[in-house]
Amino acid sequence: MTPTADIILWVVIPYVCLAFFVLGHVWRYRYDKFGWTTRSSQLYESRLLRWASPMFHFGILAVFLGHVMGLGIPKSWTEAVGMSEEIYHFLAVSIGAVAGVCTVLGLVLLIYRRRTVGPVFRATTRMDKVMYLFLAVVIFLGLWNTIAGSVLNLGGHYDYRDGVSVWFRGIFLLDLHPELMAEAPIGFQLHGMTAMLLFALWPFTRLVHVFSAPVGYMWRPYVVYRSRSDRLGSRAGRRGWERVERRRETSTRL
Amino acid sequence: MRVMAQMAMVMNLDKCIGCHTCSVTCKQAWTNRTGTEYVWFNNVETRPGQGYPRTYEDQDKWEGGWTLNKRGRLQLKAGGRLKNLLTIFSSPKMPSLDEYYEPWTYDYENLTNAPLGEHTPVARPKSLISGQDMNVTWSANWDDDLGGAPELTMADPVLAKISDKVKLEFEQTFMFYLPRICEHCLNPSCAASCPSGAIYKRSEDGIVLVDQDACRGWRKCVTGCPYKKVYFNHKTGKAEKCTFCYPRIEVGLPTVCSETCVGRLRYIGLILYDADRVLEAASVTDERELLASQRRVFLDPNDPEVQREAERAGISRDWVQAAQRSPIWALINTYEVALPLHPEYRTLPMVWYIPPLSPVVDVVGETGEDSEDSGNLFAAIDTLRIPVEYLAELFTAGDPEPVTAVLKRLAAMRSYMRDINMGRAPNPSIPAAVGMEEGTMYEMYRLLALAKYDERYVIPPSHVEQAHGLEELATECSLDYDGGPGMGGSGPFGEGSGVNDPIAVENFHMLKQRQTTDTVADPASRKARVNLLNWDGKSAPAGMFPPRPGPDGANLREPDSVGDAGLVQPRPAGGSVPGPAGSGTDPIPPGGDWLGGDGPGTQGPGGPGEPGDTGASGTGPRL
Ligand code: HEM
Ligand code: SF4
Ligand code: SF4
Repeated sequence: MTPTADIILWVVIPYVCLAFFVLGHVWRYRYDKFGWTTRSSQLYESRLLRWASPMFHFGILAVFLGHVMGLGIPKSWTEAVGMSEEIYHFLAVSIGAVAGVCTVLGLVLLIYRRRTVGPVFRATTRMDKVMYLFLAVVIFLGLWNTIAGSVLNLGGHYDYRDGVSVWFRGIFLLDLHPELMAEAPIGFQLHGMTAMLLFALWPFTRLVHVFSAPVGYMWRPYVVYRSRSDRLGSRAGRRGWERVERRRETSTRL
Repeated sequence: MRVMAQMAMVMNLDKCIGCHTCSVTCKQAWTNRTGTEYVWFNNVETRPGQGYPRTYEDQDKWEGGWTLNKRGRLQLKAGGRLKNLLTIFSSPKMPSLDEYYEPWTYDYENLTNAPLGEHTPVARPKSLISGQDMNVTWSANWDDDLGGAPELTMADPVLAKISDKVKLEFEQTFMFYLPRICEHCLNPSCAASCPSGAIYKRSEDGIVLVDQDACRGWRKCVTGCPYKKVYFNHKTGKAEKCTFCYPRIEVGLPTVCSETCVGRLRYIGLILYDADRVLEAASVTDERELLASQRRVFLDPNDPEVQREAERAGISRDWVQAAQRSPIWALINTYEVALPLHPEYRTLPMVWYIPPLSPVVDVVGETGEDSEDSGNLFAAIDTLRIPVEYLAELFTAGDPEPVTAVLKRLAAMRSYMRDINMGRAPNPSIPAAVGMEEGTMYEMYRLLALAKYDERYVIPPSHVEQAHGLEELATECSLDYDGGPGMGGSGPFGEGSGVNDPIAVENFHMLKQRQTTDTVADPASRKARVNLLNWDGKSAPAGMFPPRPGPDGANLREPDSVGDAGLVQPRPAGGSVPGPAGSGTDPIPPGGDWLGGDGPGTQGPGGPGEPGDTGASGTGPRL
């Protein structure tokens, strides 16, 4: 029998956070499309941003892919295609370390820029600060786990693919394993918990821009045409009062 | 053939006096907001000059517009789609605020707050971006009227293209004004650069707009537009651009810049064009062919074939008729005096210009020769390489022929009309020399010199079946919009987030609040907005100034509360002791008698409110 505390920590809180994540985005998209933006600060400063932003973004995207691999794909699958534990470990740590260092460096630069460049700091909202706090904690803990666990081998060997990953997949497969998290090293526990809280915050920060990643740009026609009648004046149409489709009056004879 | 209608503008540069009225009224209408302080949808540049943002025409540097790739296909100059996406995290070619200018205000408060001292207090410039003191070193029209010439002028990228000799002679030669708005291009590279597809061209009238709900702040359009007419609102994090005043156009009114133009030099009308030929026209190999190829895209609204196709495309009959009466069509096609700005950017711009003849006239006049004689003017146009070469770099990708032809037509018109105005027999050889009929020339003169409002602006309104839904026509309850009446102010995610209130709703709430509250609006609260629309002109508008703490920390009464006395003028405070420099407010004498010795409302001799008197009775005017 798992203690109640573990159920709350590793079942209830994750579900609540994910519910915030999903419903929060739906709500924000409906209520605040106008606020759905990157809030770019490039106009204020671009010397630092030119390095920091690509470094952070390419880093975090690689880290994200790494998580898809590590958390999403069961150990048995990689072993089935003949990837040994050693090879997997080597790949994960080497690629992960590069991406992680890029991300952290980028993040440090971004935060440094936020704080020291006057106009950028003035444009920083309270939500931005909270977001940066959580982002930084999650990323540092993640990097620490990699370095401490896999490189320095502090506190013995822990294979997260047998622990954290199974727990994480279980959340989505309704196959709950709070005990696996309860057994995990404290670094992993903190990383997992702060990440869940970050997910809960996500829809209420500028991070919503991630879901607008404009991949459709690769295929759409260059110039977009739209009809004025989609929207009249600056007023959005009222529900239930959609206009009757009607061809514009044209002459019958010329 | 796929017929589309385009709302277009022509500006007659000879008439522009550089008064900036258009810029100011446009700003009042559209960009008078935090986040767009530096933004001028309409700006007026002195040419030669660097323009705004400075050196925007240097596309080797800014990479705006289109170019032909190695295979001869049209491609964004800043790179293909993939490159555009890969550079999204930090846009490499976006002008910084320095290239526009750092907007500022003045510390006016210091004028009233400064303690009595030896020197007159000054209002220091304060940056609207950093909030700090700043030195004003650039602005949207810093080099107005060739200010700072020749050093500043020499940085003009257009000037850099014409030969050195021309450059040296340049300074004595000429100057003119170039008012600019968004070109509402047929092949807009801003829209093509937008990763989200938020910038669109309206299929009815070709106006290019940014969907504020779809823009995600990738700021790629700023690089994409070679005219730098998309701006980044740094407060809302969204791109904004000239809207061609679409709410006015929809009800048949001209844009604000045109309506208020002092020189009455702007023309607005429809052009029909063949959307199927746009790509081909923008892709011609020789840049100098672009003027001709764009002209070929336009369709003659008098051609029955075009009319049939227009009908098939859903363009209503009154719109076709408006296209027939369009002054734009006449100036571009019938008289052939209008030219596009920088056709070499390949966006097929739709704000065209009649190049100025006045530089030539001035030179002829200075020589003492008759500057209204067509022979003299023709000779001058042929020999004066400078204005022609410069104008050619602006309007025809460097080809002097079309510019010369236009200038000669304008010169011929001048000469021909003089005979008529002097009561002499008109000379038919003058129009003939520039390939025009006498009647056509006279009609052109009428359009350029006399045309009234309804001839300069031929704008077919949108259709009545739609018109009642337009916001500015209040035939429906303006509060009936999705989400119900909301309050003004800021949403939870910063300025402007949350659902947009229609202006009518904002005014409604403001009026209601004013009528129902017993306190004045608190400017410290984020909801308060000062609305001058409701201001009756008496005393200071409610909520304009924060309440000022008295000596014991109590709030000073708002000026409103002494409003009974009908006080409007700032009054010097009497009997107060000047504090140390920078200490802020001064002590207020008890009893509310802060107006000095006089009772409220009385204007004693040498009384308060008179200039020059302030030092004697107190510490300066206050309100
Ligand atoms: C998936 C595609 C993504 C795209 C296209 C993208 C794009 C952008 C852009 C254009 C900016 C504005 C930079 C500026 O001009 O100031 C930005 C800012 C930012 N992005 Fe992303 N982003 C993506 C993913 C992410 C992810 C996954 C994260 C983190 C989890 C993230 C976190 C941030 C943060 C924290 C900022 C603010 C930087 C600052 O100004 O301090 N982004 N992003
Ligand atoms: S001029 Fe206007 S329509 Fe043309 S590219 Fe620039 S912003 Fe777009
Ligand atoms: S209002 Fe007219 S005359 Fe004045 S600067 Fe603008 S375009 Fe020129």
